[in-house]
Formats: sequence, C-alpha cells, structure tokens
Amino acid sequence: MSLSPAEVAKVGLLARLALSPAELEGMARELSSIVGFVSQLGDLDVASVEPLAHPLETRNVLRADTVHDCLSTAEALQSAPRHDGECFLVPAVLGESGSA
Amino acid sequence: MQPCELSSTDIVAAVRRGEVSAERVATAFLDRIARVDGSINAFLAVDREGALATAAAIDRRRRAGEPLGPLAGLPVAVKDVLCTRDLPTTCASKMLAGFRPPYDAEVVARLRRADAVILGKTNMDEFAMGGSNENSAFGAVHNPWDLDRAPGGSSGGSAAAIAADMAPAALGSDTGGSIRQPAGLCGITGLKPTYGRVSRRGLIAFASSLDQVGPMCRSAADCALVMETIAGHDPGDSTALSAPVPAYSQLLEQPLTGLRIGRVADHFGAGLEPEVARGVEEAFAVFKAAGATIHDVELPHARYGVPTYYLVAPCEAASNLARYDGAHYGHRSTVTAGGFDSPLVEMYCRSRAEGFGSEVKRRIMLGTYALSAGYYDAYYARALRVRRLIRQDYLDAFEKVDVIGGPVSATAAFRLGEKTGDPLAMYLVDLYTVATNLAGMAGISFPCGFTRGGLPIGFQLQGPALSEALLLRVADRFQHLTDWHQRRTAALPA
Amino acid sequence: MPTAAAPYTTVIGLEVHVQLLTHTKLFCGCPTDFGAPPNTQVCPVCLGLPGSLPVLNRRAFELALRAGLALECRIAPFTKWDRKNYFYPDLPKGYQISQFDLPFATDGSLEVVDPRGAFPPRRVGIIRVHLEEDAGKSMHDEAAGTGDSRIDLNRAGTPLVEIVSQPDLRSPQEARAWLTELRLLLVYLGVSDCNMQEGSLRVDANVNLHVPRGDGIAKTPIVEIKNMNSFRSVERALAYEAARQWEEWQETGIEIGKAPKQTRGWDDAAGVTRAQRHKEESSDYRYFPDPDLVPVTVSDADVAAARGAMGEPPTALRRALEARWGISAYDADVIVNQGRDVVAYYETVAGMVGAGKPASNWLQQDVLRTLNDRGGTIAEFPVGPEALADLVGRVARGEFDTARGREIFAGLLTLGRPATPADVGTAVAALGITAVSDDDLVELVRDLLAANPKIVADVKGGKEQAAAGLIGQARKKNPNVNPAKVRETAIALIRGS
Repeated sequence: MSLSPAEVAKVGLLARLALSPAELEGMARELSSIVGFVSQLGDLDVASVEPLAHPLETRNVLRADTVHDCLSTAEALQSAPRHDGECFLVPAVLGESGSA
Repeated sequence: MQPCELSSTDIVAAVRRGEVSAERVATAFLDRIARVDGSINAFLAVDREGALATAAAIDRRRRAGEPLGPLAGLPVAVKDVLCTRDLPTTCASKMLAGFRPPYDAEVVARLRRADAVILGKTNMDEFAMGGSNENSAFGAVHNPWDLDRAPGGSSGGSAAAIAADMAPAALGSDTGGSIRQPAGLCGITGLKPTYGRVSRRGLIAFASSLDQVGPMCRSAADCALVMETIAGHDPGDSTALSAPVPAYSQLLEQPLTGLRIGRVADHFGAGLEPEVARGVEEAFAVFKAAGATIHDVELPHARYGVPTYYLVAPCEAASNLARYDGAHYGHRSTVTAGGFDSPLVEMYCRSRAEGFGSEVKRRIMLGTYALSAGYYDAYYARALRVRRLIRQDYLDAFEKVDVIGGPVSATAAFRLGEKTGDPLAMYLVDLYTVATNLAGMAGISFPCGFTRGGLPIGFQLQGPALSEALLLRVADRFQHLTDWHQRRTAALPA
Repeated sequence: MPTAAAPYTTVIGLEVHVQLLTHTKLFCGCPTDFGAPPNTQVCPVCLGLPGSLPVLNRRAFELALRAGLALECRIAPFTKWDRKNYFYPDLPKGYQISQFDLPFATDGSLEVVDPRGAFPPRRVGIIRVHLEEDAGKSMHDEAAGTGDSRIDLNRAGTPLVEIVSQPDLRSPQEARAWLTELRLLLVYLGVSDCNMQEGSLRVDANVNLHVPRGDGIAKTPIVEIKNMNSFRSVERALAYEAARQWEEWQETGIEIGKAPKQTRGWDDAAGVTRAQRHKEESSDYRYFPDPDLVPVTVSDADVAAARGAMGEPPTALRRALEARWGISAYDADVIVNQGRDVVAYYETVAGMVGAGKPASNWLQQDVLRTLNDRGGTIAEFPVGPEALADLVGRVARGEFDTARGREIFAGLLTLGRPATPADVGTAVAALGITAVSDDDLVELVRDLLAANPKIVADVKGGKEQAAAGLIGQARKKNPNVNPAKVRETAIALIRGS
C-alpha cells in the first residue's frame, strides 16, 4: 500500500502541516510502511461485526441547564499568541466561513 | 529516617503521626531531584517553592489539630500531560512550551484536596506518543538502572522519578501501555485503571477512547493509596463511570488460593527475550506456590492489537490535536514567507510544523489519512470492528480465569537510539499492552526479576473492567512474597 | 409552475439553523446571552483548551426533541455525536461536535397554507433535524487596515438545531411563507426566539430550475445561497437567483452534475448573488463518532413527555379557533400568527362576549392595529380582555354602534393605566350614551318615514336597502341609535303599514 508524495501533500493540507519536499518523500515512505502494516487487518472477516467505538456501554449522560462561572476575558486570552485585550487576533479570515 | 527510602504508605502514616514533618519529606525529595535528575531528565518543571509552601501549610494545620487529607504530606510527581494551574503544562512539546492552563486537571485537584504535595511535572513522550520517552522536545529520559537506556514511555519521566527515588508517588497516563511498559522497564509498579474509572478532565487528550490516568509507585500498596484519591465519578467527564470506589488500600490483605491466572501461549513467541520469558515464568511459579492455579487461555486476535491500535489511536489523536493551530494558545509561527493559500493557512501549517515533533506529525498524518474520504471504512471503521473482536476475546477468557498474567514488554530496557530509526519497531514495544486499552480492561505491571545485566523485568496482570481491587491485591501479595520491588539502582548516587 | 414568461419550475430547499432557548451552551455551562462583550462568556470547554471535555445539556436535547416532534419527524431511538473536522479560527477545537449519520430526527414535514390562496397548500418534507454546537464569530475590520481578524468565542458552543428540508418549495414566495410558518411554530413551542437580527435563526437555500423540454426535464446545477439576513431577503434572493439561472441556462445549457455545486452570497444592498471562492477540500470533514461523548437513547416515554410539554402548535390552534368560535381561516390565521398570548387574549374576549366574529374584528382592527402603532406586547396593552369584552358585548347587544364603540375604545387608551369593565361603564356614561328605548326608536323612525316618502315608496317597491338611507338622519336626531335597529324598525313599520 503505497502513498505518493502528492497524496501525502493532500493529507498534509487537510492536516494543516507544512512539509518540505524532502519531508514529503520521507513521510510518504514512512506512511506507506505503516499503512502497509495496519492493512493486515484486511485479513480478517469482519463483515458481521459491529464497530466498537467505545469500551463503555454508558448512555444518556446529561447535565442541568445551569450557568457556571466563566473565565475572565484576561484568563481566556492569557495564552493567546496575539490578542487586543478583547479578542484573539489571527491573520485575516477571508469573507466566507470555513464550513460549506 | 531517609524519607526518600520510605513508601508512600509509610510517609503518609509518619506525617499523620507527627513523626516527620511534611516539610522535611518534601525537602528530602526536592534535594534528591536536584542531586540526580541532571543525569535522568525526569522532570520538566520542579516547583520547589510551591511544594515547600504546601508542605509548610500542612504542618501548620497538623500542629493546630485540623483535619488533614488522606495523602497529607505525600510528594507526588505529575506527568506533564495533566493540566496544572500554577505550573507550565507542555506535554513535552514545543507546541505548548510555557503554556499555563487556567485550571487544574480533576485528578490534580483531588490530589491537592487530599493534601498531597506536588513536586513538579514529569517528562514524557510528546503528547503521550511513544514507547521510550525519546520523543520529548526537552530531551530523552534516562533509565535510572542504566543511564544509556530508555525508561520506556510515554510516562518515562514518572517511571524514572519513582525508580530513582525522586518521588514516592507519581501520576502517569496509559493509552496503549504508557504506564505499564515504563513501569516494567524501570522496575516499579504502575496501574492502568479501567477506562472511565479515573476522570480525564484536564488530561490532555491523545486518544480519547483509550486514555486513562493511573498511579505509578514502588508498590501496589502505594498505588492503592493513590487510587483511592484519584478514582471516582466526575460530572465534568461524560465518559467517567459512576461505580463506587472501593477502599483499595483496605482490600489488599487476601490470600491467593483459588485465584485463576490465565497464561497465553502466544505471549511466549520468538520475539520474547529469553531472560524476560524466564522472569515471567518464575513469577507464575510464585503465584502457583501461593495457591493460585494457572490455566491456558487464548486471545486469538491479540496479534491484531498493534495494527488496530495504530489506527484507532492516530485517528482520534489527529482530531484531538487539531486544536493546536497557533490561533488561541500554544506556539504560533512568525514566518510569513508565503507559499500557501492564504496567510491564515500559512499560520496553521507553519505553526504546527514547527511545534510538533516527527512522531506526532506522523501519527497526525496517519490519522488524517485513515479518516479521509474513501478510506474511513477500510481503515478506521475496520479497526473498530477488530476492536470488538479483541474485546470479545477478553470477555471469553475472563469466563475461565480471574486475571491474565504475562510479560509487559518483549525486552528489558533497550538502548537509547536503538529503535528511533524505525517507527514500526517502536510501535511493537506496545505489543503486550495495547489490547487492554482497546478492550476496556484494566492492567497492572510490577517487577518480577532482573536480567543478568541488572535490568528490571516486568510482569503484567490484566483483569476485567473494574477489577482494580483484584489486580492491586494480587500484585500486593506478590510483593509480600518477593522483594524485587524494593531493589534500588546502583547507577545513581545514594 | 412553468409559465409562458418563465418556462421553468423553481425548485427550492432550505437549511435552517436555530439557536435553542437554553440558559447555557450545548456542552458547557457558559451563558448564551446575545450582545455580551467579546470573550466574556467562555470557559475551557468552549475555548477548546487542552484537556477540556464536553457534557451534553439536557434542556437542549429536550427542546431539540420538541422541534423534531413538532416537525412530525421520526425520532431515532438511538442517536450519537460526531466530530466534523476542519480548521477555522472561530472553531477552537478544530472540529465541531454535530451529528452525521444518526441524527435524532428524520423524515418529517411542515405544511404552509396561504389563507388568501396566493399559492396552493405546500407540504414541505423535512429530511433531518440534528443538534450541533455553533462556532464563534470572526470580525474583520477593513478600516483598521491591520490584516487581522478578531475572534470572539462567546457564541462558540451555543446549541443549534439544524433543519434540512426536502427541495419541495416551488417559489420564493412559498419559501418565505414556509419560513414564517416554521418560525411561528418554533416560537410557539419555546424552542427558539428565531430572531434573525440576533442570529438565532439563519437560513441557507439550495435552488435550481427544472426546465421542461421535449425529452423530459432538464435540471440546472444546484446553487447554494448564503448571507440572507431576513425572510424578505430570502424571497428576493431566490427570485433573483431563479432569473439568473434562467439566463445562464439559456446561454450555456449546463445541466446538473456537469458543473460543481456553487455557493453564492446574497448582497442585499446590490440585490444580487455573487459567486464565492471555491474551497477545494471543503467537503472532507472526516466525520467519526466523538469519543468524549456517549450516545443518547430516546424511549417512547421520553417522546410522550416531550409531546406533553409542547403545547398546541399553530396549525392545530388555527383549526381549534375556527371550530370553537366560528371564525374564518383567514381570521384564525391572523390571530394565531400573533402568538400564544394574543390567542389567549382573543379567546377570553370571545368567551365573555359569546361571539367569535365580533371579538375577532375588534381584535384585528382595533387592538392589533393599535399595538402595531405603539409597539409593546399584548400583556402590556392598556385595554385588557375583560374590558374589551365588555365593550364589544355592548356593541353587539345594540347599546351603541361600532363608531361610538371606537370612541370609547380611544378613550380607554388614554387612561394612563390598564382599563377595566368599570371604566367602560364610566366612559359610556361620560359620553352621555344611553340606550334608546324601543318606543323612542319607533317614534323616531315614524317621524323619519313621514319625512322621507321616496324611501318609503322604494322599500314598498321591493328595494329594502333604501331604508339604510334613513340611518344618517336618525343619528343626527339621536346619536345613540343603533343603525341596524333603525333599518329593521323602518322596514317593519313600512311593511306593517
């Protein structure tokens, strides 16, 4: 199961990780190797087996609709790389929202 | 009395009785850290001032006759994957260098309420991803038994701290073996509780359906003491169990007669180092002599544990680590050379590339790939189905036996640098431990011998969900019949 | 419907997000009040700080369930939470907790009926209703010229219900009316206050054209329209877009599937839609079940409890009013559209008067009109239902006519405090209105008949409506006469003679 550097570049963008051309080559090799390794799960016949997303059988964990103490704005921004005392600052977000 | 040689149980008793002050105890461990951690690198942050202040306050309250918490005066080292309000919390990553969360993790809050004394934050594999503590952005941890060797990971710092007598108790986290395997390689005792037994609130997430916080100490009795404080329901964690917490430390004194221990033949394949195999078999013999019976059991899908884990965990991790994007906290790149769709995308891509180490990047890429369009069914969904098969193996086995015994690691501590060249080689160090997390079971590891070279050999017991009390008492019984857990390394100054 | 002028069918589907009327966010206890200073309603959970964990808000689930039931959906007995993964500064975790393949409600419908028959009744299918958390807000200040966007996470984590309709709407007008009905329904049920200005209701539309042609129907590519800030904008945007697609179709003939799905933003000032930048990997959200949350099961008992707590929805209430009070569908519609409080007010009045139609007339023409002019709610209205009922009852019994009644009504409004039936009595007396006795009325009418021989002749000749010509004169003689009684008495006297 081989991943090309181009495929890896696409994954890199999805994952928002900058990879140099050298890193892309290396990552493609490593991922191909790992994906090859995990692909042995294909040996098993799991057609009639339900996925187990969670080891817990718990259901219906809900809380009351009561207000709690919030962080102060200063606390909320205390680790922000850039802020203006009220809001987080990031490079301009262009027009449309991220979700389709 | 040398506080650094006392068990957690003894320290707590001594402080309560007024035989030693909390301040003296804290000072002893802090001094030990100052003396030896230079060659171990177990601690990323030591809070001398805070620890001494907490200890002094405990001593004042004790003298005033005020009630004290159940861990009063006990110094504890906390893996840097747990949020502490007053100390940086970095997950051993450049991404969170200097980060101070505005809150404590639930287990940290519980330790404080119990009057424990937090010594500092321990080193780990970055974001809990690794099996040797060589993936830290702040340098590898050295195994106190042999400074050229790895302590295991990802809770390598906590394991080394205990093994080097720098702390009598520590918290670690275990996602695929990260408490049990370093405990095994460092000759200490580490418990991975059942998923949901201990709150994950404030535990920086690696793989949310696998992560658990657990105690790491010199003995099972000490682990039991710490578990009483950290275990229990938390309404702030939707995955926390509400089952009542047994008084673990009161349930230790029970004989082993009638105990059925499973032994998995597949565990003893070609990959298991002969010395380790021998140590493990000797442990079985101890149990047998003490009245337990040993039964052959099978875990037919065990060999699929590692590939299953290396799909489930990276997929969850890729999503959990998306929040580290330089926007609201953590490292933000200052490079604006362009070459991306927009300055915003550039900020994300560069910040994450600069902030994360190579193993973390690998797992994020793997998880992103496996969840991406067209691959979900073939990889993640398939892994979840195999996960159910792995769990069923355990449920079937636990109909026949009470616990399953065996190795915790195929080898004793390996040399630093030995496995860092090949990711897959490193992944295989989790061979004996990943299935416990995948299946929702509990596990404990403790020393059962030493190699000719003087390296600890670890033994693992796995039990059904919520079997912590059983695992602790069986391990404790073993530690009454043997003294492996009391050996100390000769590689460090006294 | 295709017409000669517009030979195509406009096909519209709507996606509506409403913010639930809870005190706190979906997964944490932060308040969701509108208009708070930036980043003052946040905590580690909604900030996505490391180690934070979500816990589901019970009230949010209850209100969502209510919405699903009101929309006649099938409620899933087992529902779960999924992560929708993408990077954006208003999404601090790098994923949104939503529902992907097992939403809590599916396969419902909501009908919209125009009582004036502007379009035939349209039952619009609901594909799904699901719960999800809102993102924060990003604000870009062009004027500041810094190239930065400012991020306020107060809104992040607010509970939203997403309602996706089938593409069953056939005109911009229908779409607007349907949205109005949906809004009314959700406000009635206390699910949301559906205030588009405050962002507690948002609409996106999907629209394309079906063009009949020789070999069947050709379909244009579907376009998603965003950034419509009022129901009126929705109607205008859809009308513009349909016309634009028709132009484009005639020029290019591109059919659905032959071009990627487009997103266009509505520019209300310019009155046009504009293409938005196409995002490459916009659809790979890598959904998977959120491992920090557990699924929710909904039992029949839960559904019954939710139904019980719901109250009557508008459609049922309209029919009830028509049946109970004998008013028209149009009138029932107007009253119900004003909300539960107005319905309660109306029913009090109608009950005391004992007649639905007069009560409805007075409510619409006097009460609602005044409310509209002055603002405020029915609860604050200075004429309470008992006082109005007293007034309306007197008019109905013929004590005085409607015009007089209006004078009294106007007087009640100036009292400076809530009016009571006693006030009505006082006002009547103050205006010197006394009921005209039957004898006085007969005498008065006899006088008029004597003075109006032509009218008498007309009536005798079969034109009864001529008697109405006496009314004005009668009122000049005695302002308190009841016009209808004048007419009746005149006709009776003429016939009798």
